[in-house]
Amino acid sequence: MHSTYEAVIGLEVHAQLLTKSKAFCGCTTQFGNSPNANTCPVCLGMPGVLPVLNKNLVEFIMKMGLSTNCTITEKSIFARKNYFYPDLPKGYQISQFENPICQRGYVDIELKDGNTKRIGIHRIHMEEDAGKSIHDMGMETLVDVNRCGVPLIEIVSEPDIRTPEEAYQYLTMLKQILTYLEICDGNMEEGSLRCDANISVRKKGEEKFGTKTEVKNMNSFRNVERAIEYEVNRQIELIEDGGKVIHETLLWDANKNIALPMRSKEEAHDYRYFPEPDLAPVVVEKEWIEKMQKLLPELPVQRRNRFIAEYNLPKYDAEILTLERELADYYENTASQLTHKKSEHYKTVSNWVMTDVLRVVNDEHIPLSEFPITPNNLAAMVNLIAEGTISGKIAKEVFEEMLKTKEEPKKIVERKGLVQVSDTGAIEKVIDEIFANNAEQIEKYKAGKTQVFGFFVGETMKAMKGKGNPKIVNEILQKKLNN
Amino acid sequence: MSVTLKDVEHIAKLSRLEFSENEKEKLVHNMNDILKHIEKLNELDTTNVEPLSHVIELQNVMREDETKQSLPVEEALKNAPSKEESFFKVPKVIG
Repeated sequence: MHSTYEAVIGLEVHAQLLTKSKAFCGCTTQFGNSPNANTCPVCLGMPGVLPVLNKNLVEFIMKMGLSTNCTITEKSIFARKNYFYPDLPKGYQISQFENPICQRGYVDIELKDGNTKRIGIHRIHMEEDAGKSIHDMGMETLVDVNRCGVPLIEIVSEPDIRTPEEAYQYLTMLKQILTYLEICDGNMEEGSLRCDANISVRKKGEEKFGTKTEVKNMNSFRNVERAIEYEVNRQIELIEDGGKVIHETLLWDANKNIALPMRSKEEAHDYRYFPEPDLAPVVVEKEWIEKMQKLLPELPVQRRNRFIAEYNLPKYDAEILTLERELADYYENTASQLTHKKSEHYKTVSNWVMTDVLRVVNDEHIPLSEFPITPNNLAAMVNLIAEGTISGKIAKEVFEEMLKTKEEPKKIVERKGLVQVSDTGAIEKVIDEIFANNAEQIEKYKAGKTQVFGFFVGETMKAMKGKGNPKIVNEILQKKLNN
Repeated sequence: MSVTLKDVEHIAKLSRLEFSENEKEKLVHNMNDILKHIEKLNELDTTNVEPLSHVIELQNVMREDETKQSLPVEEALKNAPSKEESFFKVPKVIG
């Protein structure tokens, strides 16, 4: 980015809510049903029908508003946003315009350089999704209105974002909160989380905003970062070459890594908003807000900080473990069953979860709920390590076996004879034998080449098929070699 | 404020409606009459009156988040002038 310029970025994020039924009718929100199977006179926009508000839509958005420090508007109303397009049979989208239900909030994001930045949230409002049109068949457009009326919330940030990294972190934070609240699955690739960016640039120090463009169609977190970077650079270069940014909508092309102007689908925004007469105002009393406040789960940042304090984990570990609520639950369920509540064992659990558990989950593309090793069994395995029954190395074998058989670790250890040898007499015998065959290496060690120590550890473990207690092996080797 | 021919054409376009020149002229006239009537209402001093969004004093009309049976697809598509499989079919939107 050109150093004399700065970007001014605002994000509009649409999140599809995980309600069972649509926003204003009882049709299911289930995805993947055959075209137009989830429709009724209300979402088909038949004349004379009346929409009735889904209570969960209100409660879900209140949870989001409260989790992002918004003020909940006491009396909010719905509005009709009028535009003519076949995927919207009514000819208008029910949305909110004046008095949206959540206003003036913020989230604090953390940047790579360790700084924290506050990103303002202008508003969060309720609305409904449109249907889907399929254009690439013949001379006609095919329309499926199953998605029509599925509840959405739109989260509009203040123009506080300055860099692609900030946009990425802000979006990540929103997704984390949405998924912790269990009100949205947060999947950008599948469209349940969508993001549009308003982007302009200006010379540093200038107060006035430059002309903005709107970039759409970024269907992954990385694409948001790339698209913003591309558009910011394009605008700067354009201005540097004496050109002028024009107000337009661009579509991000993830294959070519460029943003191209979209052909206008509607004459310059003229949505002619007016209050929706068919839906009564939503009045939120204090008691209702308090009730929702009590239902809020521990949020990602709070949970991360508690992991650091309670389990003495490094910040890096705590961050990864709390990225998703499910994973954080898995960690805590495991940690809570340790017999030795010591920092080192909490860290051991963290290592297993971050590397081995996540590796399997990611490689096999399975949700954590289908992961074969239960927190119970993982904790039992770490307990075996802590008690000295098995070594960390043997534990790898136990872990692999648990993946296959879902057996308790203790049974696997017994069945496969994996119990660690801690008997000093037995270990000494093995070491004496190795010493007898490696007089040369002993000389080297005594001459000061202490790295030969590792050779002896390796030989001993090999001879004991990995079952030697590493701590005792080390101790005996130290004692014998230094005598 | 008065309605011009340009306004009528703009509103017609947003509504996807087509009018002859005669009809447009007539609409300019009609719409201006409506505005004149509204002007009359503006004579009333509403400085201390909250804008009214709803005429009936209801609030929080909500239902529980429960699903109901949707229409059979054949029913849903019954009024459609054109369909294909279980899709509605409309003139091509994007060229």
